[in-house]
Amino acid sequence: MTGSAIDNSRVSPVRQTLDSAVVRFSGDSGDGMQITGGQFTLATAVAQNNLSTFPDYPAEIRAPTGTTFGVSAFQINFGSRVIKTAGDEFDVLVAMNPAALKVELPGLKVGGILIVDSGSFQERNLHRAGYGADPLKDGSLEAYRVIEMDISTLTQDAVSAFGLSKKEALRCKNFWTLGYVYWMFDRDRQATIDWLKRKFASRPDIADANIAALNAGHALAETMETADGLQSYTVPHAPDIEPGLYRTVTGAEAMAWGLAVGSKLAALRLVFCSYPITPASPVLHTLSKMIEHDIVTFQAEDEIAAVCAAIGASYAGGLGVTSSSGPGISLKAEAIGLAVSSERPLVVINTQRAGPSTGLPTKTEQSDLLQALYGRNGECPLVVIAARSPSDCFEMAIEACHIATKYQTPVMVLSDGYISNASEPWLIPDVDAMEPFPTDLHQDGPCFDPSIRDAETLARPWAIPGTPCLEHRIGGLEKSFETGNISYDPANHQKMTDVRAAKVAGVVRDIPDQGVEAGPESGPVAVVGWGSTYGPINRAVSNLIDEGLSVSHIHVRNLWPLPANLGALLAGFDQVLVPEMNSGQFVKVLRDQYLIDAKGINKVMGQPFKIHELEDAIRAYWEAAQ
Amino acid sequence: MNEATTEAPKLTAKDFASNQEVRWCPGCGDYAILKAVQKTLADVEAKTENTVFVSGIGCASRFPYYMATYGFHSIHGRAPAIATGIKLANPDLDVWIISGDGDALSIGGNHFVHLVRRNVDVQFLLFNNEIYGLTKGQFSPTSRVGTRSPSSPLGCIENPVSAVQLALGSGGHFVARAVDTAQKELTETLKRAHAFKGTSFVEIFQNCVVYNDGAFDAFTAKDKAADMQIHVEHGKPLIFGRERNKGLRIVSGALALEVVTIGENGVTEADILVHDETNRMLGCLLADMNEPEFPVAMGVLYCKPGHIFEVEIRKMVEAQTSHATTSLNDVLRQGHTWAVGGDADEA
Ligand SMILES: Cc1ncc(C[n+]2csc(CCOP(=O)(O)OP(=O)(O)O)c2C)c(N)n1
Ligand code: SF4
Repeated sequence: MTGSAIDNSRVSPVRQTLDSAVVRFSGDSGDGMQITGGQFTLATAVAQNNLSTFPDYPAEIRAPTGTTFGVSAFQINFGSRVIKTAGDEFDVLVAMNPAALKVELPGLKVGGILIVDSGSFQERNLHRAGYGADPLKDGSLEAYRVIEMDISTLTQDAVSAFGLSKKEALRCKNFWTLGYVYWMFDRDRQATIDWLKRKFASRPDIADANIAALNAGHALAETMETADGLQSYTVPHAPDIEPGLYRTVTGAEAMAWGLAVGSKLAALRLVFCSYPITPASPVLHTLSKMIEHDIVTFQAEDEIAAVCAAIGASYAGGLGVTSSSGPGISLKAEAIGLAVSSERPLVVINTQRAGPSTGLPTKTEQSDLLQALYGRNGECPLVVIAARSPSDCFEMAIEACHIATKYQTPVMVLSDGYISNASEPWLIPDVDAMEPFPTDLHQDGPCFDPSIRDAETLARPWAIPGTPCLEHRIGGLEKSFETGNISYDPANHQKMTDVRAAKVAGVVRDIPDQGVEAGPESGPVAVVGWGSTYGPINRAVSNLIDEGLSVSHIHVRNLWPLPANLGALLAGFDQVLVPEMNSGQFVKVLRDQYLIDAKGINKVMGQPFKIHELEDAIRAYWEAAQ
Repeated sequence: MNEATTEAPKLTAKDFASNQEVRWCPGCGDYAILKAVQKTLADVEAKTENTVFVSGIGCASRFPYYMATYGFHSIHGRAPAIATGIKLANPDLDVWIISGDGDALSIGGNHFVHLVRRNVDVQFLLFNNEIYGLTKGQFSPTSRVGTRSPSSPLGCIENPVSAVQLALGSGGHFVARAVDTAQKELTETLKRAHAFKGTSFVEIFQNCVVYNDGAFDAFTAKDKAADMQIHVEHGKPLIFGRERNKGLRIVSGALALEVVTIGENGVTEADILVHDETNRMLGCLLADMNEPEFPVAMGVLYCKPGHIFEVEIRKMVEAQTSHATTSLNDVLRQGHTWAVGGDADEA
């Protein structure tokens, strides 16, 4: 926690004012930590703080209770200053059982607050978590401010009036804890109470019990504070927030809504075809609920069927979109080639996960970039763009719809497990004020002439089945540039290959020049990122600039084609560093395209970069360059 | 859809032929099927602009190029998935899927099952030549045990899949069978398929003169056809044979069919089973018949309408969109929102 000015404006209790804090809730996968975190996020957003979250799921849906691999965690970084990451070390760690303590303690700041449910520290749980001795008793937690409470018993007492079974009563533990933490940070309980009433509308006893637990935790915190002087905090409104109406949004929601809005702006029916896979499924779930907006969602039998159905939909005049994660994207590769060859719009969303193969499905990585750029048979160029934050998914999805329809070409949007699940406050845009980009369907003419191409975009006319006189045949076999009929002519294949490449390269016209996010436009060091590393890079670079270093942050959203000025921009820096959650994929592309000696900073641990990791790595390069 | 406003002249089979040269091997059964399909389209007064042929990869899958309709020659095995997407975007289109036995049942087996199970309203024509034609003669999932091919020089040891039984097992609502050269029956069956709303599956025995010539001679050769095929027709007794004196009846006391001869052992025409195409069990029994013990069943083995995938989706969309109470702007504003720089928090 940073900042220490005592705010005396409140009479009682005396709260310390902070400009930011990191809280991590952790517990067994059955303990409801994601809900707890989600509610804390909501209360924090309502309190007008900036925030960023990191839900960290276990790989197993229902791991045996009390085991370290079943630990589910939710981290939130919030404050009155600009928040761009979920934060590195935590100021407050909530550990609902010994396994959570074991897994999460290394991330707690020395001197940080540790809240533990001592009621769960029994022999059996300690053993399951791999503790030889009870860490609450052996002095190993001396470096922290430990708040040890028997939350299990306190919760049961708080809800005893509602006649729940013991199991149901214990389920309210998370809300008891949340009430406690709400008091610590002066959060309003009302939004959560409303949420509980809505959520358990059909089980008012459960709603009331959880509300009672929430209130009991809150009340106990208040009394304990007076008893032993533990601190409580205020995080003031963020002052620099642009005025307007806000909500929190996850990357998956923003992606889904962006696709819905993008297809409306294109005046096309969205046909969204997908096959469930972690962490891509929430996009499907979100759109499935939007049928009243004339959105068709199709849960196909597999990823190949999903992409093919999307291609069929685009062929027939809809906007075909398919979505998956790494393994599913691999399966789609052949059909994406068909879409490139048949020159119809297609949007492919890739919510990357850690790999190879099934890899770490619930963990994050950026290792599908080379696959996106090159991973198909034949010369098969694709437009590739990447979202950099949860809310940016909205804009990138709309951009994908625009490029795909304007250029009649597939576009892949890269997201990842981190930004897909993470949430941040979002200034809600006004859809009605957005510029529509309706697509011209080819309607007339005595016959279909496939050699017609738009002079600028090189897009072939979109003549859809059902249109009289324009009957024609397309497919994956090479076609004559002139007639559209099958052609094995060598010179024609060269020409068609060149045209397809030129079409994709021409998308550069619709790409804004690359700007610099932080730091000077030229100088000793440029840190170049793409995708979800935006937050940590930006914070690390800003911190280094505050230290007096000359470092710049450049964040690329258009990965293919690259912005026209990128090469010239990078040439203005002595060193180009490229942090990526892979073994160095974008750095290869930059070296290849611009013949520069760019260097990678790489992390493949299934976890986002920490700010200090980046600071250290960048500082090391900076010092070496001096 | 764009309906022509003036009365268009009636199209002939020729009007459904594109200007592309047909490039199958001379004598290939595909020619006969092409002809039958073009005739069918003329007979049912199809519109070229409203008709779409979708195919995978294989000799059979070149079919769309030869049709003067819309066409999509896609990738191996995936035509059912592409067709499903076409119907999702525009349920009014008349979609035909053209596939080979390898295309439909090997690489595309999964999509085949799910298209049929969903009952997407398309005509699915499976050109079964019991071999891979385009890739030069390897055995296919319908090849018989013992088939020698470049990839099974000692004879194929895999059991073949029965296309019609797979279609029935996938919940098919229209399952039929025909022979490439039997133009009249084939055209009749294709018309029934076209009229049916839902997935109409037609297996067509197609002779590959190059890699599997005569594979079906045992029941398609001129001198064998009458005795080794039975043309089933709803409401008509299951009678066959050159002399029209053979028939099928249920084995007494067992769930099985047997071939009997009218006039022998006291069997009269009244003993012969009458075809009921809405009886799924009977459809399965007919699909299961193989020569030489049984004649091979041709015609519509099973036909019973069910709800149609894209129609149900369209109904749901229409019901929801007509009662739509929210705009996309509303969607973005649902749940907890709060105003900054303005007044109080909103919920
Ligand atoms: C992904 C993929 N795998 C393999 C092939 C090669 N291939 C093309 S057609 C074919 C089999 C065709 O057999 P069938 O479907 O029975 O059709 P036919 O040629 O006999 O009409 C194969 C294996 C391909 N084109 N694509
Ligand atoms: S190889 Fe066989 S199936 Fe293919 S065109 Fe020739 S005869 Fe027909």
